[in-house]
Amino acid sequence: MISVTFPFLAVLALAALAYAAGLARARAVAGGDVRSLVALPKHHALNAALATLLPGLGVMLTWLLAIRVTETSGSTVLVPGSALTFPAVIIGAALLGGALALMRITDQFRARIAAERWIIGLLIAASTIAILTTLGIVLSLLAETISFFSSYSWTDFFLSLVWQPNFRGDSQLGILPLIWGTLYISFLALLFAVPVGLFAAIYLSEYAGPRLRAVAKPVIELLAGIPTIVYGLFALVTVGPLLRDVIARPTGLGDSASSVLTAALVMAIMLIPFVSSLSDDIINAVPQSMRDGSYGLGATQSETIRKVVLPAALPGIVGAVLLAASRAIGETMIVVLGAGAAARLSLNPFEAMTTITVKIVSQLTGDTDFNSPETLVAFALGLTLFVITLGLNILALYIVRRYREQYE
Amino acid sequence: MTEVSVDPARSGPARSILVQDARTKRRNAAERRFRAYGLAAIGIAMAALILLLTSVLAAGLSAYKQTYLQLEVNLPAAKLDPKGNRDPAEMSKVFTLAYAPLLQQALAAKLDALGVTTTLSAKDMGDLISKEAPATLRNQVLADPSLIGSPHVIDVLASGRIDGFFKGRVTMESAALDANTSPEALRVAQALKDAGVMVTRLNWAFLTAPDASDQRPEAAGLGVAILGSLYMMIVVLVMALPLGVAAAIYLEEFAPKNRFTDVIEVNISNLAAVPSIVFGILGLAIFINFMGLRQSSPLVGGLVLTLMTLPTIIISTRAALKSVPPSIRDAALGVGASKMQSVFHHVLPLAAPGILTGTIIGLAQALGETAPLLLIGMVAFVRDYPSAFSSSTGLFGDPSTALPVQVYNWTQRADPAFVERASGAIIALLVFLLTMNAVAIILRRRFERRW
Repeated sequence: MISVTFPFLAVLALAALAYAAGLARARAVAGGDVRSLVALPKHHALNAALATLLPGLGVMLTWLLAIRVTETSGSTVLVPGSALTFPAVIIGAALLGGALALMRITDQFRARIAAERWIIGLLIAASTIAILTTLGIVLSLLAETISFFSSYSWTDFFLSLVWQPNFRGDSQLGILPLIWGTLYISFLALLFAVPVGLFAAIYLSEYAGPRLRAVAKPVIELLAGIPTIVYGLFALVTVGPLLRDVIARPTGLGDSASSVLTAALVMAIMLIPFVSSLSDDIINAVPQSMRDGSYGLGATQSETIRKVVLPAALPGIVGAVLLAASRAIGETMIVVLGAGAAARLSLNPFEAMTTITVKIVSQLTGDTDFNSPETLVAFALGLTLFVITLGLNILALYIVRRYREQYE
Repeated sequence: MTEVSVDPARSGPARSILVQDARTKRRNAAERRFRAYGLAAIGIAMAALILLLTSVLAAGLSAYKQTYLQLEVNLPAAKLDPKGNRDPAEMSKVFTLAYAPLLQQALAAKLDALGVTTTLSAKDMGDLISKEAPATLRNQVLADPSLIGSPHVIDVLASGRIDGFFKGRVTMESAALDANTSPEALRVAQALKDAGVMVTRLNWAFLTAPDASDQRPEAAGLGVAILGSLYMMIVVLVMALPLGVAAAIYLEEFAPKNRFTDVIEVNISNLAAVPSIVFGILGLAIFINFMGLRQSSPLVGGLVLTLMTLPTIIISTRAALKSVPPSIRDAALGVGASKMQSVFHHVLPLAAPGILTGTIIGLAQALGETAPLLLIGMVAFVRDYPSAFSSSTGLFGDPSTALPVQVYNWTQRADPAFVERASGAIIALLVFLLTMNAVAIILRRRFERRW
C-alpha cells in the first residue's frame, strides 16, 4: 500500500501557493489599478488554486482506483504505483494545472467564470455519489452472486425447501424457508401496524383537539426516532418471554421466547409511526371542500371519513402500506433478536422462524471465507432483498403517481 | 322529479326531533365506535412507547450502580517484587495470577475481624471478588511501586452474582441451583454489606471502562464503544455534510431539467429506502474487500454510515434551500453577483439553520444504526481504546466497536447480567439521541426564519 498522506498534503500546499501566486500575478498584471481587470484578483487566485487542487486530487483518486482494480482482478499487465512515480505524477498534474491557470491570467481573462466552472464540477461530482452508491450496491451484489451461482445451482437456491448451511461443505441453501419467514413476520406486523397507524392518523387529523395533538404527535414521532436495536432488545427481554409464559406455554403452542409473533408485534410498534405519519400527510391533502360537501348532505363525520376521505386518499395509503412493507422486509435487528435462527416452513406464529436479513448477518459475521458458497450465499440473499424492496418502492411510487387525484 | 316516494318504514306516527329514531341511533353509535377506534389506536401507540421505555429503564438503570468491596490488602515485597528494585518493568513479570491470593487473604482477614464464620472454601470465598479485581490491583501497584510492603486500602468490584444479589437479580433460590455461587456466599455477602465493607454505589466506570470478557459482566463498560461511535460520527459529519450540501445545492439551484438530473433524483429517493443491511454488504464488498480498508475500523463504519445518511441530508438541505425566497437570489443577481455567488453568499447562510437541523437528525439516525456495522466486523471483542490516528493503521483505523453494536454483542452472551448491561447501554444511547434531537429542535426554534 502506497502512502497517500504525502502527495495529498503536497497538493494542498501547492494549491495554497497557487492562490498566493495568482493573487500576486493578477495584481502585477493590473499594474496598480485593479479596475483594469475584468475579474477581481481573488477570482484569479481562486481559479489558480482550484486548477492546482482538483487535477492533483483527480489523478490521485483515479490512480488509486486503477491500482485496486488491477490488484483485485489479479492481472499483471499494469503494475503502477511505485513509491516514487505515484507522488511525482500527482504533484506533476497539480503543477501543470496551476501553471496553465497562472499563465492565463490577463486583464481580459474572465476568472470568476472559470473558477465557478471548477466549483460546478465539484457540485456535480458530489451529486453523482448517489448514482455511484447504487451502482456499487448493484455491482458488488451481482458479482458475488454470480460467483455464488457458479458453485451452487440456482434452481436449488430458489426452489429448495431446506436451509441447512454446513461450513464443512455440502450445504443445502434453499431460500424459500427464509422468504416464508420474512413474509410471514412482515404480514403479521402490517396486520397490527396498518389499522393502528391509520386510525391514529385519522383521529389526529380529523377529531383530535389541539391539546391531544400536541401530546400525541410528538409521542408517535418519538417512536419513529428510536433505533431498531432498542426494539430488538425490547423483543428479546420483554415481549418474547411474556408471550411465551402467558400464551405459548399454557396452550402448548411453542416453547421459545423468540417467535414469529414476538418479532411481528415489536416490528408493528416500529411501523406505527411510519404508517401514521405518511397517512396523516395524505389525509390532510384531501381538500376540505369534499368534507364540507359530505356534511352538507347530512353525513356524520365518520361516514364522511369512510365514504369520502378514505377513498380519495386510498392510492396514497396503499403506497404508504407498500413502503411500510418494504421496510418490514428489510428490517434486521428486531428479527435478529426476536425471531430466532431456525429456518422452517410452518404456520404456527409461536415458533421461532428466520428471515433473509437474519441469515445475511449470520453468514457474514465472524470468520468468513469468501470462496465458500456458505459465505457467498449472503450476497445472493442481499440481492434478493434489494430486488424485493426496490420493487415494492417502485410499485408504491407508481401507484401514488398513477392513481393520485389532483385537486386544484 | 315530481314523484315523491314514501318509505313505508318511515311513515309511522309523527316524530319529534327530540327523540332519535332507530336509524339515527345506529349512525350515532357507529360514529362513537369510530372515534373509540381512533382513540384506542393512539392509546396503543402511547402504551407501546411507555412499555418500551419503562422496560428498558427498569432493566438498565441498575447498570449505573455497582457493588464494591473495600479491602485492606497486604502487598508483600517478596512476592510482587522479587528483585527488590521497585522497577515497574521488572515487576510486570509478576502476573495477575499472583495478586489474586492477596485479595483472598485480605477478604478472609476482614471476615475474621468482623467475626463472620463461614463454611465457604478459600476458592469459593475468592469468588465473591470479581475476576477483574486482581488486574485492577496489579495496575495500581505497577503505577505506584512505593505501595509495596505496606497494607493498601483498595476498592475492588464484587463478582457479578453478588452484585446481582443486591440488585435483586440473584436470589437464595436461584443461587442454590447456580454453579457460580451459593446461598452461603450470598449470606457472607449480606454480612459484609451489613458491616459496610460492601457498598452498592454509583458506577461511572460503566461509561468509561472497556468491554470485559464473558466471565466478568461486572467489569464490562462502554468506553470503547462510545469512543468508536464518536469517531464514526466525526467521519460522517466530515464526509456527509459537505457532500450532501454540495449535491443538494446542485440539484436545487443549478441542475437543468434533463434525464441525468432525473436519474440522480430517483437514485437519492431509492437510496433512502434501501434496507440498512444492504449498505453493510456494500461496505464489506467495496470498502473492505475492494479498497482494502481495515475491518472493524471506525473509518469503514463511518463511510458506510455516510452513504446511509447522505439521502437524509440532501433531502433536508433541499427543503431548506427551497424555503429561501427567490427575492434574495434576485437581489443578489441584480447587484452583479454571479449565480454561484448568490447561492454561496446569500442563500446558503440563510438556509444554514435548516441544513444543520437536518444534519443533526441524520447523525442521530446514524448513531443508532446497527445492522450494517455487524457486517463490517464491528462485533469483534475490543478491549483497547482505539486511537484517532496511528502510524500503522492510519486515520481512524484501529479496531473498534460502536454503541448499538455493543448492545447486540452483550445480548448474545450467556450470563444474564449482560442483559442489564445491554439495557444500560441503551439508556446511554437514548440519552445521546435525545440530546441531539433537542439540540436540533432548539436550533430550529431559535434560528429558523419565516419569510
